[in-house]
Amino acid sequence: MSSPLDILMPPLPERASKPVQPFNASRTRADFPILGQQVQGHPLVYLDNAATAQKPRSVIDALSHYYTDQNANVHRGVHHLSQVATDAYEAARRKIRQFINAKTDIECLFVKGTTEGINLIAQTYGRQNIGPGDEIIVSEMEHHSNIVPWYMLCEEKGAKLRVIPINDKGELCIDTYRTLFNERTKLVSVVHVSNVLGTINPAKELVQIAHEHDVPIHLDGAQAVPHQRVDMQKLDCDFYTFSGHKLFGPTGIGILYGKEYLLDAMPPYQGGGSMIQNVSFEKITYGVLPNKFEAGTPHIAGAIGLGAAIDYLDSIDFAGAELYESELLEYAHGLLSQVPGLKFIGMAENKAGVISFVVKDIHPHDVGTILDQDGVAVRAGHHCAQPIMKHFDIPAATRASLAFYNTKEDIDALSQSLHKVIRVFS
Amino acid sequence: MPDLRELYQQLILDHNKNPRNFRTIEAAQRTAEGNNPLCGDRVTLYVNLEGDHISDIAFQGSGCAISKASASLMTDALKGKTVQEAEAMFHNFQDMITKKESGPDLDTMGKLAVFSGIRDYPSRVKCATLPWHAAHAALHNHQASITTEGETL
Repeated sequence: MSSPLDILMPPLPERASKPVQPFNASRTRADFPILGQQVQGHPLVYLDNAATAQKPRSVIDALSHYYTDQNANVHRGVHHLSQVATDAYEAARRKIRQFINAKTDIECLFVKGTTEGINLIAQTYGRQNIGPGDEIIVSEMEHHSNIVPWYMLCEEKGAKLRVIPINDKGELCIDTYRTLFNERTKLVSVVHVSNVLGTINPAKELVQIAHEHDVPIHLDGAQAVPHQRVDMQKLDCDFYTFSGHKLFGPTGIGILYGKEYLLDAMPPYQGGGSMIQNVSFEKITYGVLPNKFEAGTPHIAGAIGLGAAIDYLDSIDFAGAELYESELLEYAHGLLSQVPGLKFIGMAENKAGVISFVVKDIHPHDVGTILDQDGVAVRAGHHCAQPIMKHFDIPAATRASLAFYNTKEDIDALSQSLHKVIRVFS
Repeated sequence: MPDLRELYQQLILDHNKNPRNFRTIEAAQRTAEGNNPLCGDRVTLYVNLEGDHISDIAFQGSGCAISKASASLMTDALKGKTVQEAEAMFHNFQDMITKKESGPDLDTMGKLAVFSGIRDYPSRVKCATLPWHAAHAALHNHQASITTEGETL
């Protein structure tokens, strides 16, 4: 079905029609103003990209441009600015559709982020389709945001969670996954790339297995989209979620992709303006996609900023960036394995630029504080993934996570600072 | 710029490595659990009282060097004190690590003064106060566990 938006929107030039430059980390670095700053008297070494990525100048400028020149509410006014804002907002949706190769724009819903996307699925599709005794499959390596919404739904409905275990390398046990299906299985919701282990799960295989059992599947793509190109039509997943801020865009904006026929059949999530067709006190009819799921004034600037982030990714050699990142990951593994007493958490064969580790019995918070004194920003804690901590029998871990603007010098600084940690606690 | 040595002083490193009073007290009169859900620090406090005096105090748990050393030095400092004195020390300790200008005279803080540098590391204040909050709960016979992210703190 063609969307009403297709009629309103002039077609954008096809993706990748302009030539992109071969990937160059140091030139890319210059596009991110924040990376030039000093922290504690040292150049910032930003290795907390899995928490949130930094923003290129073009994204910052797009936000400023929106508020300076385009600000008005969308889908409402008849005046000039309202049309400008609406066009910019819907153009962003189209960029996202092209970026993830969804079939239609209206399959790409703007939400606050991955967490809201998952909650939306649970509260609409989940409440409509999951009942007492039904089962939802998740995995042991989920972020809490892909556990708690399902747990809440299970509590409400008397349904239960089935959990795909992981092996000690931090990979999903696919054989066990196959055995978890039965006639009560109503949904699979699994992470695409683990925020702690860095494991890149075999998404296509997970989808195929779910579909063999006629079960729809959601993939949590928060950590996948910054590292690799995802293609909704090739993956054939039923739902996919990600956050703008981890994709070099603004906070407070994210995407829920859903197949059109599923979104069409789902009840609305929140009620309010924009999402209706007709309102009287006796009867309300709901609007069509995507408005049905976008009640209230959306995060217009955020959507436009995310569009600018995607323009930026299109302007660099993103495939080259992916390759560069995996080389950097290999370099980091080599260098950090020389730190005495350092143990990696998660050594999957297929791994993105996320490096979690523990150092002897030194608590990750102490590691994080000492690293911070050298300007090295990492994450320390349980990373909202307590089941993983339990699997590896650790209270917490330190995590360095890479983006394509990181360099070997960043890894060197991390390594040197870790040697200092060892000296302090020797 | 805060100096790393201010935070990880030898005394703290020593108490982290060899924590004092790191044991359980069987059938303790008072116990309380402290929990920092953001980082996973956990401490269980055990207290016995004789009249108004703390006759024995011990802890168990896992956490960072700051929280462990804080629990160790705290239990040393509180042993033999009255509940009222412990309460005053708790408030002084909190003031010391959160208020730069109006904090207590460091000379009155004994070994606990070693934690004064934490005020330069706001993200680590909760690590140092966790055992104190647990002790406070135990002394007031609050059996419910306390958390750094709840109403108690």
